[in-house]
Amino acid sequence: MSTIQFMQGNIACAEGALAAGCNFFGGYPITPSTEVAEHMAVKLPKQNGTFIQMEDEIASMASIIGASWTGARAMTATSGPGFSLMMENIGYAVMTETPCVIVNIQRGGPSTGQPTMAAAGDMMQCRFGSHGDYSIIALCPSSVQEMYELTVKAFNLADRFRVPVFLMADEIIGHMRERIIIPDKVEHTARRPLESGVLPFHPEKDLVPGFPGFGKGFGVHVTGLTHDERGYPCATNPKLHEQLVMRLCNKIENARKEIADYVVTNPEAETVFVTYGVPARSVEQVLHDTGSKNIGHLRLKMVWPFPEHAIAEFPNATRFIIPELNLGQIAREFDRHTRVPVIQVPKLGGDLHLPAELKKLTGVGI
Amino acid sequence: MSYDEWLRQDRLPHIYCAGCGNGTIINCTLEAIDGMGWKKDETIFVSGIGCSSRAPGYIVTDSLHTTHGRALPFATGVKMARPGFHVVVFTGDGDLAAIGGNHFIHACRRNIDITVVCMNNQIYGMTGGQGSPTTPMGALSTTTPFGSAEPAFDLCELAIAAGANYVARWTSYHVKELTKAVKVGMETPGLSFIEAMVQCPTNYGRRNKFRQVLDQVEYFRSHSMMRLKYLQHEERGEPVPDATIVVGEFVNRKRPVMGLPK
Repeated sequence: MSTIQFMQGNIACAEGALAAGCNFFGGYPITPSTEVAEHMAVKLPKQNGTFIQMEDEIASMASIIGASWTGARAMTATSGPGFSLMMENIGYAVMTETPCVIVNIQRGGPSTGQPTMAAAGDMMQCRFGSHGDYSIIALCPSSVQEMYELTVKAFNLADRFRVPVFLMADEIIGHMRERIIIPDKVEHTARRPLESGVLPFHPEKDLVPGFPGFGKGFGVHVTGLTHDERGYPCATNPKLHEQLVMRLCNKIENARKEIADYVVTNPEAETVFVTYGVPARSVEQVLHDTGSKNIGHLRLKMVWPFPEHAIAEFPNATRFIIPELNLGQIAREFDRHTRVPVIQVPKLGGDLHLPAELKKLTGVGI
Repeated sequence: MSYDEWLRQDRLPHIYCAGCGNGTIINCTLEAIDGMGWKKDETIFVSGIGCSSRAPGYIVTDSLHTTHGRALPFATGVKMARPGFHVVVFTGDGDLAAIGGNHFIHACRRNIDITVVCMNNQIYGMTGGQGSPTTPMGALSTTTPFGSAEPAFDLCELAIAAGANYVARWTSYHVKELTKAVKVGMETPGLSFIEAMVQCPTNYGRRNKFRQVLDQVEYFRSHSMMRLKYLQHEERGEPVPDATIVVGEFVNRKRPVMGLPK
């Protein structure tokens, strides 16, 4: 039997991680994400898991990568300044194809900015923040329920694609308390093990290699240097580097359609809101208040890889309105995939878009 | 001794320069492991970036060659997730004492049960000979062309102050003593820190009047003083030459330990 509870978003994230079998958390306190770490500190030791508070976010990221290679489902949680510190080791996780989950409860930036206020200013940083070319997966919850569900999903995607997966939430969703249905059990995609006799970085058809976990006799050498399929450094071979980086990108990009996760409301509409994260709540209120079938809503639960094919779900669209808690980071990405006019509704400062101001943009009477 | 069984033969020859001391330290470490009777699939080598950090790539076990300065937090993740593993970190003076200094302090404070072998060549070798936190005052490097104006770090004293259970320093001249120290470090629960002074003829020696490889090894021999003797001098108020390399076991104690198997 599933249970109904009243829960904070950050706690729901931690509960989702525990349900997904997360057994290692390495973190560092930072507002507004700290409740995730605090909850894991209480719960993990009782489930034979490991919680460790590291000396900074660089070390937190390093610790979860180390734990992941022993087979652990490993996770960290942070916010803007800590996220910036994690970038180098995130690139290491990408290059070494280490499954791990990074939760970012976004706050206003740049720099120390607004520790207690919501923002979505790290959407491009999660996509491109580490040096070099690569692809990752990023999920955006817009409710406490999704803090739980998308955290579970993040672990499954990380293990399936051997890639860092980001849960890009924000202060409002993280600190909001609302009704949540906790299921009896959740889906669990196991990490595909490396078959014996296969080179440790030899990809299968889906471009993802089997996982040669530590202690299983594979004798795998894991390096952030450009490496061949044996895992050996091979940093001055241009062709090999190109092949490796293209595979790291394509294993995600080729699955773009298959793993896309979005919700379509009123597909016949001409005016279409596009949201991810908390602005979805304001748009849902607009749809509820107006009851108009001519206002559509494309809500992205997965922002990266960007599901550009979802735009075709709205064949009659004459304009897309994109309210974001940044200066248009995803609106610009959206704009390059469509000829239909895109109206950016950026908002900084931590306040959410009011339904009334969004309603005004639709031109529909109250 | 069967340590060539531990070497990844298909990766040889290694990248180290002729006359480099790192190979000596790798041999001593593998010989110590052989004495411990550790199994290959329960032993994990972790390293950061630099000449020393290429060592795990030449060893047949599972290994993590990580980012610059971060070997210790990666190793902490491995050890805390799987306390049954034996975790050995190879690092260097730049990796451990400069960019990774904070992690070094905290790994010692946690006294996590791993063995840290630092190959201290007093220089950034891989990037071509820049000054490091252990470059002696006055020594020449590409970034201290008029002689280093900064005091050098004493890594063993740092490890003691931060809480490591076992701390020792030897040099590439003292292979038997070093091998024994690494083994005692591995036997000691908690963080064991073994600093191994190594010659770097390519990037340190040639700029600092060590024209031949053996000149620097001979320097290690002639300038080393046992820790006990050094302390006696200190007690009597007798001056010790600045260039003295204090060697031996610095501390072997029983502070509470993290990361032991339950």
